[in-house]
Order: sequence, then C-alpha cells, then structure tokens
Amino acid sequence: MDWETVIGIETHAQLSTVSKIFSGAATQFGAPPNVQACAVDIALPGVLPVLNKGAVERAIRFGLAVGGPEVISRRSVFARKNYFYPDLPKGYQISQFELPIVTGGAISILTQDGEKTVRLTRAHLEEDAGKSLHEDFHGMSGIDLNRAGTPLLEIVSEPDMRSAEEAVAYAKALHALVRWIGICDGNMQEGSFRCDANVSVRRPGAALGTRREIKNLNSFRFLQQAIEYEVRWQIETLQDGGSIQQATVLFDPDTGQTRMMRTKEDAHDYRYFPDPDLLPLVVSDETIEQIRCELPELPQAKRERYIRDHQLSAYDAGVLTSSREVADYYEDLVKALGGGHKLAASWITGEFFGALKRAGLEISQSPIGSRQLAGLLQQILDAVISGKTAKDVFDAMWNGEGEAAAIIEAKGLKQISDAGELERVIDGVLAANQKSVEEYRAGKEKAFNALVGQAMKATRGKGNPAQINEILKKKLAR
Amino acid sequence: MFNSTLKQLSALLAQKKISSAELTQSYLDRVARLNPALNAFVTVDADKSLAQARAADALIAAGKAQPLSGIPVAHKDIFCAKGWRTSCGSKMLSNFVSPYDAHVVEKLNAAGAVILGKTNMDEFAMGSSTETCYFGPVKNPWDRTRVPGGSSGGSAAAVAARMAPAALGTDTGGSIRQPAAFSGICGLKPTYGVVSRYGMIAFASSLDQGGPMARSAEDLALMLNAMAGFDARDSTSLERPAEDFARLLEASAADRARPLAGLRIGVPKEYFGDGLSGDVAAAVEAALAQFEKLGARRIAISLPNTGLSVPAYYVIAPAEASSNLSRFDGVRYGYRAPEYGDLADMYAKSRAQGFGAEVKRRILIGTYVLSHGYYDAYYLKAQKIRRLIAQDFTAAYKQCDLIMGPTSPSVAFALGAKASDPVQMYLNDIYTVAANLAGLPAMSIPCGFGEGGLPVGLQIAGNYFAEAKMLHAAHRYQLATDWHLRQPAGVE
Repeated sequence: MDWETVIGIETHAQLSTVSKIFSGAATQFGAPPNVQACAVDIALPGVLPVLNKGAVERAIRFGLAVGGPEVISRRSVFARKNYFYPDLPKGYQISQFELPIVTGGAISILTQDGEKTVRLTRAHLEEDAGKSLHEDFHGMSGIDLNRAGTPLLEIVSEPDMRSAEEAVAYAKALHALVRWIGICDGNMQEGSFRCDANVSVRRPGAALGTRREIKNLNSFRFLQQAIEYEVRWQIETLQDGGSIQQATVLFDPDTGQTRMMRTKEDAHDYRYFPDPDLLPLVVSDETIEQIRCELPELPQAKRERYIRDHQLSAYDAGVLTSSREVADYYEDLVKALGGGHKLAASWITGEFFGALKRAGLEISQSPIGSRQLAGLLQQILDAVISGKTAKDVFDAMWNGEGEAAAIIEAKGLKQISDAGELERVIDGVLAANQKSVEEYRAGKEKAFNALVGQAMKATRGKGNPAQINEILKKKLAR
Repeated sequence: MFNSTLKQLSALLAQKKISSAELTQSYLDRVARLNPALNAFVTVDADKSLAQARAADALIAAGKAQPLSGIPVAHKDIFCAKGWRTSCGSKMLSNFVSPYDAHVVEKLNAAGAVILGKTNMDEFAMGSSTETCYFGPVKNPWDRTRVPGGSSGGSAAAVAARMAPAALGTDTGGSIRQPAAFSGICGLKPTYGVVSRYGMIAFASSLDQGGPMARSAEDLALMLNAMAGFDARDSTSLERPAEDFARLLEASAADRARPLAGLRIGVPKEYFGDGLSGDVAAAVEAALAQFEKLGARRIAISLPNTGLSVPAYYVIAPAEASSNLSRFDGVRYGYRAPEYGDLADMYAKSRAQGFGAEVKRRILIGTYVLSHGYYDAYYLKAQKIRRLIAQDFTAAYKQCDLIMGPTSPSVAFALGAKASDPVQMYLNDIYTVAANLAGLPAMSIPCGFGEGGLPVGLQIAGNYFAEAKMLHAAHRYQLATDWHLRQPAGVE
C-alpha cells in the first residue's frame, strides 16, 4: 500500500535591519560575545522595548510579495511567550501570537509536475534569543546575548508539500524571495534563514497523521536528508504496528538520523498575553501603498515577462529569476545589447554559469561584468567573430586579458566575412579535394562537412561559418 | 527650614542665603537622626548627594539655576539611578547597582535636584503597608506602631517626618495616594503615560505610573513639572506639548471668597458604603463642605462597577507581574542561590530565596490566571471589567469636573494587623485601584484627623490630563485650610 507524505514548514528569516527589533544595539554577525547587547537586550530592571520600524517595513514587504495588501493586518499585537532559559534574558520572548502582521498568502514553486502553489498560514514578527555555549567553560555554560533581540520573521506554511523535494523547492523559493525583496541576507550558515519541518505520513485520502517537528535545519541538504529519514522512520514504525507520538526532534547530520528532543507532554504552557509595554501595531493603507511602490518587480512577474516578451524558454526564464542578482545581470546585459535576449540567456545559463561554478564564485564576484559580456555578445551579433571563437575570447576575458574588442584585435580573431576572399579560399579547397567533391556529388553528405572543415582550416578558423556554407553549396551545385 | 515649601527653598538658594551643600547636609543630618526609628531610607550616600549639591551650587552661582536647582529629593528605590544601589525593596536586587538613570531621574537631575537617598518600599511595590520589604517595615511618623501605607511608604514617611522636602513615588493601585493619606502628606498619580516608565522597575506595566509626593499641591505641581514629559524609550509614553501643571495655581479668581465657583464635584455613592470607617467619613464630609464653601457644587454620582475593581486589579496586576519578574533569575545580575544542582534548581532556589512571601503569592496568582484553560475566565474577563470601569468614569465626567471621596477606608492600621490576611490588605485599595485600571489621574491630600489622631486623606480624581485642574482645586483648599501644614509630634 502507498503512503503519502505531508509536510509543512516554519521558517525563521532574520530581518536585515541594522539594529535589533526592540533596542538600538547592532545586529552584525560574528562580534565578540555580548558586545552587541545593550541594557534592553540583557533585560536590566526597568528597561522597556521600542519597536524598530525597519522590521515592520520588511514584514510588510514580505506580505506584499506573497499576497498583496489584503494579507497585511492593519492591527497586530505583540505578546509575551513566557519561559525560563538562560539565553532568554527577560524570561519571555516578545512574539506576535493571536494577531500576526501577515495572515495568508502563497508561494509558487516549480516541481517535476510543473508549477505548484504552497499556501502560507501566517508570518509574524518576533525577537530571537541569545546563545548558550556549553563548551569551553569547564562544566559551566556561557551566555552570548549578541543575538538576543535580533528581528525575525517567522513564516508558517500550510501542510501543502508532499515530498522532501517539494519541501526543498519551497524553502529555496522562499529563500530566493526574502533575498529578492531585500528583507533577509539568506545566510544559512550564520543562521539567518532556518527551517523547522513538520512531517507526517498517511494513507492517501486518510486524515492527517500525527506530525513530528524537525527543528533548526540550516541547509537545504539537511532539510532534504532529515525529511527523507523521518518519512522512512515513520512509515517503518507504522508498518511495524507502532504509532507516532507528537514530538519535536533534532536532525544529526553526522548520523543522518533524527532523534527525539521532547514530546507533547513536556510542552511548556507559555502563558501568552499581550505585552503591556508595547501598543498594538497599527499599519495604515498609506504606509502599505508607499512600501508597495518601492517594491521591486517580483520573480514570478519577471519570469512571465521573460517568457512573453523575450521569448525565453520556461527553463531559462526560471534560471534567470533564481535570484535578483542573476535577473539584474541579465537585464543589464540585454539593455547594453539593445536586444539579443535569447543569445544573452543562453550565454548566461551556459558559458557564464559554467565558469562561475568552476571557479566557485558568486555572480557578484564575477570577473566579467554584464557590460563586458555585452561587449563580447555584440561582436557575435555584428558577425565579427563566430560563437565558437567567442568562447575563446570569453576565456581570455575571464583571465583578465581585457575587453572583447581588444582581445579580438590583439589576437587577430576577426572573422573573414569578405565574400571575394572566402570564394578564393574555397576555390583552392575544392581544387585540392576533388575526391570529396565527387563523393558529395555522388550523394555522400558527410563529404560536405569535410570540405567545410578544410575551408575553416584554410582560414585558420576565422572564416564566417555561415558564409562558407553558403558559398560551398552554391559552388557544388553547379 | 524643614517646613519650607519648594518655592521657599528655591528662593533661599537663589538668594544664596543657604547653599545646596548646606541644605543637603542638614537633611542628611536629619535623616541620620530620625531614620533609625522610622526606616524610611534604605540607602543614603552622603558623598554622592553632596557632590550633586556642590554641582548645583556652581550652576546657581553661574546664574544657570534650574527650577529645582539644589533641592534634595528622596527617591523611591524603584527608580534606577546610575551608581546607586536600586533594590526595589527586595533581597533579589539587594546587590544591584544600576548602570543607568531612569527617565525621571534624568529629568530631575536636569532640573537641578539632588538625590538625597533611596526610600524603603514594599518589595517590588507589592503591598499597601511597606511591611513586605526586605529591609524591614517603615514606621508611620505619626504613630510608630502604625504602618505608613504602601508601597511608597518610605517616601511618604520621609516627607511626613520632614526628612525630605519632596519625594518620588510610584502608583500601581494606590501606592502613592494611600501612603500619602496614611502619612498626612500629598501625593499625585498622573494620567497613565504622562511620566515615563523607563528605568522604573516594572510591577504591572499597564498600571504603573510614577508621581510626586510632597507637603502641598503647589509642591506637587513643581515636582510634576520636572518629572513629566515624552520619552521615546517608553512606547506607552504620551507625546504631548509640554504642560505647566502649576499654571492654574496663580490664576486670579474673580470671586476671592468663592474661587472654585462653577466647579462640579462628583461624589460617588459607592465610596461611602460599608467598610468606610466613621472617622474617615466625617473628615471627608467636612472637606466636601469646605469645597462647597469655596464655591464648588456637589453632585451625587454613581460608579456602578466600583466593587469589581479590586478583583479585576488582583488578576491583571499579578498577571503582568508574574511575567515582569521573570527576568530576576539569578543569571545576569541580582541574587543567585549560593548552592544549587542543575539549571532548574538554580532558578528555583534563587527565586525562592530572593523573593519574599507577598511577591511569591502574586507570581503564583499571575501564573495561574495566565495558564492555559484559565486565561479567558480570569485575565480576559478582568480586561473586560477594566473597560467597564473606564466607561463608568467617562459617563461620570459628563456630569462633573472632579470626583472626590476617601483615599482609604480607614486611617493607618497597626503594623502587622493585616499582614496575615492578604484579602483584607487588598480591600484597602478599594478607592484607589480604579484610577489605575482606567489610566486616570488621582491625588490625595490631608483633610483632617481620625481615630488615634491619625491623618485622613481626601482623594481628588479627574479626567484624563486634568492634573492642573485637580492641583488647582487642592491648592485653593489648602489656602483655606491648614491640615497639610500639621506635622507629627516627636520629629521636630
């Protein structure tokens, strides 16, 4: 019998504000312990939180990107989630509970079966806790409160995903989106973007199974591995006649297994209540409209535009909108070219990405900027060089030898497009290769390619291949 | 000199008849002499106070005097003051020296005032008698077998015994007004949001409000002028144009015999029912008659939900407190048990040893009412009652300008009399908590004496931002009477 996997994901995206959500302390990663923790962050007696408007603005941007103005609450409320832990200085976390800033919305993902929509339950603002360090303190624990009070947007999906692949596709799409709209740097190693996966299995058509939540997955690979392991474990457990108990589990990347952290019975009573230190967060239509005007064109809209107006394939359009940097590079490139969309798309997804991958570089670190690449592609469009020669020029540019035009000039790579000169060369080739000529005339198509090859050789690769083809065909037809 | 008003002290300082250093030293001497018996101050630091006094003297000499330049003020030990131990009356913070100034402390420093010392209080302001403090109870200067009221009992006793010309208090359910009444002085709780809560250690955030305690309405106005003002660090602080709370005091009344003509005083029938002792009722009646003589009109009103205010208060205040006091966990500052096993044991022991019985009782109540399954029945219901109580006042202030009545059902009770019966203690707040629940301003002024020759307080409450109007009425009353000038025997 078949099993169906059901997955919902909660994501904590760290908002890219300069200061914390309720204090003026900096949020930069990697500072020495506790230097970015002010009186509010360490919860001295008498201090009070003040909401950072930048965090609110970013949450609104997110709401607009996943659903538009209607998913943004005009009034939302910060609550206190009460529990004791040494890295939670106030003894409560300020988080939106009953009334979050975003309710609803959706993210579109690409799966093997085409496009799929994952619905969002909500997204709410909250503060991060500090870090407990259990090593290096000789049986004691160290507390680093630099991260305490860092603004987070917790994005909760509906249980709409049906496989680890879909979960990863969702996480990647969300990751691309938060970076696209500039609300999160997406650095997963530094914990700026981390996922919890709620996983359950059931017989198709049956009610939802009992879920277990895998906490704190900070890479797409771990997300995939953890879900795959968890699904196998749950199915085996059920097939062996066991039952699933609602629980929170941790994924151990070393063993590739999930292990129990706590069951539902151990769950805290967080005693949520509205934080009396903060007024309800009221957002006006004007504010939302202003933020909407400043929002960049979103990936989905761009993708549709590339397919419709640039006649790109769905695949190329998808790749070019995988991040804002890539889309910007592509758009700068075609702008400089004044067209050439398909050529630009195939060069970026082919030669350019290949070179980046080989060198292990991000697009922002590329030695060839969009204007330089436009310079090269222009030479192809102007028939100065062939596409094949262009690849050599590209390599030279990558190695820092200069602009395309200069390299072509210096290396004498300019293509021979002079019809008279090409005819003279081809006459010579035909005279020297009578055998091939006869074979071709006898019906052997292959002989034609041999003659093209000879002509290219005679021009030392610089002959315009299209013209050579044309002249050869004309002469052989006689 | 110890009976001088703030205005008189300011004049003496401005005319260089006395320096702030001399004035401060005289008060410090008086504190040294009287405090052992009264226990009003928990921290005195002569070096710090005198350094501030000398700085004030330099500014006065340079012609840069501020409104309170050189005047010593006692601070309730709930306000964080840089370099001063700020204990909040608790063992938990008995070792906490604040690294920063509360907004109110910044403002008073800017106004030139000198911190005379930190006054005793009920632990974390939870109490109506100043008996729950870690540093021992405060004695009422009028009768040392009686409580001074609470939680700002140290500030009240300090002002009553002339150990300070004025003091800072905080009021969550009556903690300024009730000790003012018990100790025969004046105290004012402003509209919620008028005084910043930044640096004022939180008891119940939605109810807490700092305010002045002094010997006259005029002095309260000068103090409030220095304390009030918008503070961006407190999200509940109100952004309003600066207000001179003394502006109505000097207003020339057309009819000098009847300066309060046209003022409508609402007298709620619920404030004169069962539980009000006869001596208090008589003094308050006499005061109301005096106000009528001054031209005011007395109007019978009703605040029908008065009886619900104490139950609602004792759900909301402990709920907020249970969360506010979570930060006292022994991890970063404050008391940590000397011996413990694991983390949970460290929390349990540190908090069990660091908090007193009343604080623990309220944390337990608050934890209970916020618990899953009880939240709707207690906390949400209390919030609904809170809105009803606010509506009572909105309706009442359509009929009258001010509401007057007793501040407390009785005069100061004996030390220990209610310590073992929390409910009796809580009922003592019956007339005061409603103003906190509604966020309204209210004050108490002396209006006579009751049983045992102990002072009786008259509560004067107003609509939102009616402080100046309330102070004006109180001032006219004090020009016509001398209750506020009486002083306890034995503290000369």
